[in-house]
Amino acid sequence: MAALRGYDGVVLAVPVTVPYRRYSTDSTQWWVGRALAGLAAGAGVSHREFDGLSVASFSLAPDSAIGLTQHFGLSPRFLDFVPLGGVAGVVALRRAARAVQAGDADMVACVAADTSAPQSFRQSLENFSRFSQDAVYPYGAGGPNVSFALIAQAYMEASGLSRADFGKIAVAQRANALKNPHALMKKPLSLDQYLNSRPIAPPIHLFDCVMPCAGAEAFLVLREETARAQGLPFVRLTAAIERHNGFPADPVMLRGGWVRDVDTLWAMAGVAPGAVDLVQTYDDYPFISAMQFEDLGLCPPGGLAEFIAGHDFTITGSLPHNTSGGQLSVGQAGCAGGSLGLVEALRQLTGAAGGRQVAGARRALVSGFGMINFDRGLGSGAVVLEAA
Amino acid sequence: MTQERPRKNPLHRTRQPLLPPGGRSRKAHLLTAAAAEGRFALPRCGACGTYSWPMVEACPDCLSADITAAEAPSGAVLLSQTSAEVPADPYFRERAPWRVGLVQMDCGPVALVHLHPEPQAGERLRLTLMLDRAGQGVLHAGPENGGDMSTDKQWQEMTADPRGRRVLITDARHVAALPLARKLAAEGAAGIFMGLPESWKPLENRAAFEAVQGLRFVPLDLASDRSVEDLARAIGGKVEILINTADHPRPGGLMAPAAVTHTRACMETVAFGLMRLARSFGPALAGRGADGGEGAPGAVAWVNVLSVFARATSPEMAGYAAAHTAALSLSHSLRAQLGGGGVRLMTVLTGPTEDDWFQLAPQPKVTGKALADAVVGGLMKGLEEVVVGDVARDLMARLAENPKAVERDLAAGRL
Repeated sequence: MAALRGYDGVVLAVPVTVPYRRYSTDSTQWWVGRALAGLAAGAGVSHREFDGLSVASFSLAPDSAIGLTQHFGLSPRFLDFVPLGGVAGVVALRRAARAVQAGDADMVACVAADTSAPQSFRQSLENFSRFSQDAVYPYGAGGPNVSFALIAQAYMEASGLSRADFGKIAVAQRANALKNPHALMKKPLSLDQYLNSRPIAPPIHLFDCVMPCAGAEAFLVLREETARAQGLPFVRLTAAIERHNGFPADPVMLRGGWVRDVDTLWAMAGVAPGAVDLVQTYDDYPFISAMQFEDLGLCPPGGLAEFIAGHDFTITGSLPHNTSGGQLSVGQAGCAGGSLGLVEALRQLTGAAGGRQVAGARRALVSGFGMINFDRGLGSGAVVLEAA
Repeated sequence: MTQERPRKNPLHRTRQPLLPPGGRSRKAHLLTAAAAEGRFALPRCGACGTYSWPMVEACPDCLSADITAAEAPSGAVLLSQTSAEVPADPYFRERAPWRVGLVQMDCGPVALVHLHPEPQAGERLRLTLMLDRAGQGVLHAGPENGGDMSTDKQWQEMTADPRGRRVLITDARHVAALPLARKLAAEGAAGIFMGLPESWKPLENRAAFEAVQGLRFVPLDLASDRSVEDLARAIGGKVEILINTADHPRPGGLMAPAAVTHTRACMETVAFGLMRLARSFGPALAGRGADGGEGAPGAVAWVNVLSVFARATSPEMAGYAAAHTAALSLSHSLRAQLGGGGVRLMTVLTGPTEDDWFQLAPQPKVTGKALADAVVGGLMKGLEEVVVGDVARDLMARLAENPKAVERDLAAGRL
């Protein structure tokens, strides 16, 4: 493997969230349009100045990213389409970062958006992937819940973790969400409520599941000098990893692809594993967040139960985690879920997180995870961001 | 222990049939073909021998495109299990909870399977490739030692067990009719309507028929529009399995003096008779595919007992083969139409049977009992294609190998 090349000079700016809705009569194109408008307003430039566009979405059909250039009057020289679900945000950022670093673009608008209608979740399940069509959906396992229940069952057996361990994560996220006006979940959640919630596919219960919704997340990727010239608050990208189908020989997904690249991540970041002020994991299920704590080196192998017991994951706690409330409490706006943590970390590290600001936040770990094509999530990624 | 099936509450509406998701890649239908015949097959690479799951277009180990559905060991271990309590799909939602498992097959791949109620994680399993209610191939896992399938509502949903169901056998004069009635009664059929054509003609073993529990003769002449319609009006809504045994075998080649007369009569019964049945009984069966709710006996299957000469023409039985070929073709159309109601069409291709009309056919011929066992066995496994008897199986194997050679063999009178 070639020597690691860092992301020197690459920064992120202008966190944009188009407020989520459970259902929307508007198309995904509308949500992308609102996100671009938010980026332009936040950057104080015309959207025509964006010479790079990266779009992550499942529900853009019949468009791909290229049609959106004409739709929104852009003339980019860098264009990317990453319909990669929960890992799309990290993948989009990595690619955009190299493009601006190399000078192929100056200012890349990274937008993740999906709309939601009462039937759209089921319809998207039907057409999710070839393997799913042939070997998952016909088993009554449409949607990730059943597939993740099978993983969770095996993971609990192997790790010795209990639903109460995962519940602690979900309950802390709900507490965080109550400080986030964008979060769709507005009521407090207790551990008892979590434990006694309706079974969906045991051991997955209602409060293990995200609520599908419509929404968009967006940010700009640019070089530090460009951000400074525009007078934009920014954060630095110091490390990034990405891996797909990381452990094809594992019979059940008891670890994610992060394990293969975690050493690279912390070496690039130049800090000890876990030396961060806050963590945003990809929380399609609380147990997947728990798995990431271990896989991303926040705790030693086998030390997860102790790690969870030893930390307070709320905004004022010892390890603020998913400070927006995460997808579990904000909602899962399709592919935008993969950018929720990035945008939230960008807010936190630029001091723009308002009522949920983590005091003195300087460094954040953000992860992505996506695409349960058949029996496991295929994509894993993570980045480390540092305040300027 | 076999449980009695609950009868449908007559105050309840007839539940509309829903189907499980039926979308499949074209290549995945290699597995559908195996499931239809009750073979256990998995995608395997012809170059390196690696088994895969799901169906792939190239081997993930060596990228060879030589992928077939090949015979495979059916053992597996259960890695993990759950039950879908609130599935998104309407078919499964209506039948929830639906138990599924993640299994590691002895030959390598991991798969999601429909899971029998008994097995727990770590236990050994036996896999079956079967057709689901949409007629598409799926994997089912049951206990390694077989287990009690009558307690597995998911297995029951995908098979056509006669238990608690009412069966119409269209022609009592077929050599398999009596053994079929006996076998179905033994398997717990709730009633047997036995069609009797030309009821003024004596039926030699009438007393033996009448000794079968739950059997009732009904007048039925497939060559008559009126007869079929009358019977459908009387019992069309009470038939959950229809077994069409009507036949009209007459020897003679194309140049026999009575060839046209015999062929017309055979067509009238075997081909047009099937059309009459389809028109009168088809909609009632297809509409009752999910009748009676969970565990209660809705309509499940239609069986056409046909001659293997539908696939390979014996010139000595020219008109007979033509009529059966026509009926086989009609069977495929009927399958598509019944499929919308989740009702399975099973085609049974038999070699010459042990009766007077096949006097000149060489042994081994198929006995009525062997044919009946094959029909009921096929229903209980939920098959779609059944071939009965050594002659028929041999012909089908030869056809798959070299159809031109079969044509020459049959031309020379070599069955």
